[in-house]
Amino acid sequence: MKCDESEVMLHALIDGELDAGHARDVEAHVAACPGCDEKLTAFRAMHEIMSAAPLKEAAPAHLRNRIEALMATPASRVVSMRQFMQPTRRSFFGGFAVGSALSAAVAASLVLTVFRKDQEQTIADEVVSAHIRSLQAGHLMDVETSDRHTVKPWFNGRVDVAPPVVDLTAESFTLLGGRLDYIDSEPVAAIVYQRRKHLINLFVAQHLGTRRTRTMAASIQGYNCRHWSEDGLDLWAVSDLASDELDEFVQKIASALRQPARAS
Amino acid sequence: MADNAVAEQERMRVFQAAALPHLDDVYTLARYLMRNTHDAEDAVQECYLRALRHFDSYRGPAMKPWLLAILRNVCNAEFARRSKEEIPTDYAQDESLAEEMPMWQEPQTSPEKTMVRQQDAATIKRLVAELPEPFREAIVLREMSNLSYQEIAQVAGVPVGTVMSRLARARAMLRAAWNAAEISTKRPGPAVASGTAS
Repeated sequence: MKCDESEVMLHALIDGELDAGHARDVEAHVAACPGCDEKLTAFRAMHEIMSAAPLKEAAPAHLRNRIEALMATPASRVVSMRQFMQPTRRSFFGGFAVGSALSAAVAASLVLTVFRKDQEQTIADEVVSAHIRSLQAGHLMDVETSDRHTVKPWFNGRVDVAPPVVDLTAESFTLLGGRLDYIDSEPVAAIVYQRRKHLINLFVAQHLGTRRTRTMAASIQGYNCRHWSEDGLDLWAVSDLASDELDEFVQKIASALRQPARAS
Repeated sequence: MADNAVAEQERMRVFQAAALPHLDDVYTLARYLMRNTHDAEDAVQECYLRALRHFDSYRGPAMKPWLLAILRNVCNAEFARRSKEEIPTDYAQDESLAEEMPMWQEPQTSPEKTMVRQQDAATIKRLVAELPEPFREAIVLREMSNLSYQEIAQVAGVPVGTVMSRLARARAMLRAAWNAAEISTKRPGPAVASGTAS
């Protein structure tokens, strides 16, 4: 590897974007090249400082309120607002005025909050309840082991699916064990993982809510909830983990499912 | 009609749960692209309006890059619109690398962070804001929104290779500016200057 190539690649190394082979190539070059070694050290330090510094802006409360009001407005009304906006060629800055008009209109529509809970919502609520129940002492695990080869067979005969049990220790999600749970009056496999102090329940069943090709994200009673379908199974992940970390978990499980070797 | 209203409520609920958690990320990118709070807020609102309208056709893979890509389009459309009309006086594409960046006048208050981090954060933000596009965008998406290269490529509409070279350029520029800033403030040798300045 030449220096000009390494100068681009070392950033991918810092950002964890390289596969093992390419990472080795860059590291080998850096080990033999003081100039690139100095760059790697400096850029890695810069990346670490930037990761640690509070750089993200918090959206101001009034903006959050505006957006929330927007979402509480029926789409038909939002659309008509836009049509009203366009012919008058109101500037981009007209957005502010529209924002206030919307909030006024919204007050009326907010009254209409009574709506039928659909099946998905009911199951989401049940999944979160099951998660909360599992946090109570002695309810978390029926089979307590970090060995996936013990957890998986334990479910034989207890549920009508062979739930995927994946070893994610390397990704700092520790497998704690498994449990039989009931959701929507059906037996469901619950596989328990932990990251730091946060527990994650992964519920797996053949049919549990609406089939989802893309992940549904929700936050219920302060718990983050993800639902997706894979390989003929419905999977729900619930945790008090931060949203992005739970997304990471879902992604790891999903990708492990697509590589059957790991989810034996 | 009643069913429509129910379906509509459900759609809103799903959208809200999916899109609202990323508001800070969308706002952060808007601040760096639009350069002042009012424009940034309007851009964010327009972004969520558009996202809501196109939510039915949203097929993933991830919500955050999708929203950021919409925001980016909103901002670019606004730049295009302004370049046809008169550019408002409070905005200039080639603003000099100013000491006074209006976007950083309100320091972030987070008591749990140390003073050093606060100072670092303020300096870093100013230096990032001074980077030219598209390097500014690349570094914001990587370091602040924590997107993968693939996701940055989706947002910016360029190949991953371009993302890699932009990030390399962006970090090299940032490092040079950082070292210059450190020297001018006569602070002790920073870690990023290892081997050269010290």
